[in-house]
Amino acid sequence: MNPESFQLSPGKYLAPTVDWLNTNFHPFFDGLARLIEAVLGGVEVALLFMPPYAFIPVVVILTAAFISIRVAVITLISLFFCWLAGFWTASMQTLALVTVAVIISVLIAFPLGILASRHKKFEATVRPVLDIMQTVPPWVYLIPAVMIFSLGRVPAIIATIVYGIPPMLRLTTLAFNQVPKDLLELGQATGASPKSILLKIEIPSAMPTLLVGLNQCILLSLAMVVLAGLVGAGGLGAEVTRGLTRMEMGLGLRAGLAIVAIAILLDRLSKGALQRGRPTARTAA
Amino acid sequence: MNTINDANEVLVDCQSVWKIFGARSSAAAKAVSERGLSKSQVLNEFNCVVGVSGANLQVRRGEIFCIMGLSGSGKSTLIRLLNRLIEPSFGKITVKGKDIASLNAGELRDMRARNIGMVFQSVALLPHRTVLENAAFGLEVRGIAKDERNQIARAALEKVGLGDWTTRYPDELSGGMQQRVGLARALAADPEIILMDEPFSALDPLIRRQLQDEFRQLTKSLGKSAVFITHDLEEAIRIGDRIAIMKDGVIVQVGTAEEIVTKPVDDYVADFVAGISKIHLVRAHSVMQPVAEYKRLHPDANLDSLLQTSPEADIAALIDLTMQSDRDAVAVVENGAIIGVVTTRGLLRGVAGTSAAAVDDR
Repeated sequence: MNPESFQLSPGKYLAPTVDWLNTNFHPFFDGLARLIEAVLGGVEVALLFMPPYAFIPVVVILTAAFISIRVAVITLISLFFCWLAGFWTASMQTLALVTVAVIISVLIAFPLGILASRHKKFEATVRPVLDIMQTVPPWVYLIPAVMIFSLGRVPAIIATIVYGIPPMLRLTTLAFNQVPKDLLELGQATGASPKSILLKIEIPSAMPTLLVGLNQCILLSLAMVVLAGLVGAGGLGAEVTRGLTRMEMGLGLRAGLAIVAIAILLDRLSKGALQRGRPTARTAA
Repeated sequence: MNTINDANEVLVDCQSVWKIFGARSSAAAKAVSERGLSKSQVLNEFNCVVGVSGANLQVRRGEIFCIMGLSGSGKSTLIRLLNRLIEPSFGKITVKGKDIASLNAGELRDMRARNIGMVFQSVALLPHRTVLENAAFGLEVRGIAKDERNQIARAALEKVGLGDWTTRYPDELSGGMQQRVGLARALAADPEIILMDEPFSALDPLIRRQLQDEFRQLTKSLGKSAVFITHDLEEAIRIGDRIAIMKDGVIVQVGTAEEIVTKPVDDYVADFVAGISKIHLVRAHSVMQPVAEYKRLHPDANLDSLLQTSPEADIAALIDLTMQSDRDAVAVVENGAIIGVVTTRGLLRGVAGTSAAAVDDR
């Protein structure tokens, strides 16, 4: 017997499945694509509505008023850099893509993460799936996404969401497992409802770890969005791809630094917004 | 102290309550109720640990009831059975006349919020909230409006002497102050019963003693009942009206401090009691000699010339009296009649901690 005849090829089964989904659920995917396009387009239009010289001061003033002066300065520097580097439009496209992707990732990962921390069996089921999701090279996600949604922003955002879920889910589970038992007992002994315990005890106690999860989710999503430049997602990813294919060091580096600026901006803004009104650097007793 | 009126309302009543932990705890519980297995038999046969076995206790209104035991004696489990943080394997627990096993989730929450407060060894303050917000937590989850709950919480904080600290965060407070916040949080909800789970164990001795006195005073002045868990018999004696001593999940003795110190039921309790100073615990009635016996031993003694005292006088007072007198005995008088005589030998026995029953004046 020829050992090669035993060759295992999951793709042999997966590809027809994707094809089948494509032919039978086309209206569904089409609707999903339109929805994502619409949301993404809306965010993009909102971000590009004002010219940079008007938009940057508005954002900086809002940040200073609602978050902190420190975050406002960081916002000013990173946005100003994106503008100076000549990637204003591309940066805003990437910002829109990552923001929407991260919001959807968190909306999926957060409740599943809580579920996994409450039910050990569910966690045992989810864990290997997450392992696979995190180790499979991210390019691989792009293939079925492109097969179903064709080229453009939609497959990019789908692949980004899939890539962003595992870190957020894992760290949500960890965060909730780390909530001190005595605080949970306090909630029960005081007669708090499960909802009050979740909102007033668990989420505040889990916040530091949740923020690490969000940070990981943002950074991995940004990395994926850059890769998604390969499938025509536009934005800074497209600029990096252009720099790579033309071997233009300057272009690639400028686009790369603009991505760093966007990453810092998103991380500080999200952290600042979620920690607003809380004393900083307070650890659980 | 030991004149608790039996007509007093029983607030918490435990009747042969068991708690068995382990994968096969329900089978084990069934076997215990049917065959009366011992703790070690349950461990061997079912691989289950008995946390509390056959506990009976009654806590009356206005009483501070201490449960004393070493770690692993089941005292923390027992206190958690009282507000159903832990479900009993079997047995009946009634709080304010209601069988708590029959309450549904909402009724149980309501009872915990209104009738039973709890203070934890670890304090369990929420680090992201101010002292005031922590003290108001119980009221907040009950849905009381912010102004009202802050007002009540502020009053509770003032009672524990933290009126000036309302805007601080827990990590700015010392351990003793944090535990005061924990107590204020429990008091703010105005429960009839406060469960204290080793609240002062982690504090240094001076602060601990101060808090013990304050707690006793506060509880008495507010007319609250408390179940107080401790591993320190001195603390139990200082605070408790009655003390239950637990060992291996079993309540081995319940009684007032004096009863436990003078009449320990077994060697285990006697061992604990050995190191306790009896000067303020043992009273005349438990070290006195019957009049007839005194007369037999001292045929020519004149009882009427002895200094007199009440049966409630403690050893310290008796020593003072003996020093003032030129005789070596003090007469114990109740309702105008001499009911017994405390001799110097009896006093020495009392200091050493042996009760009158064992006093042999030969």
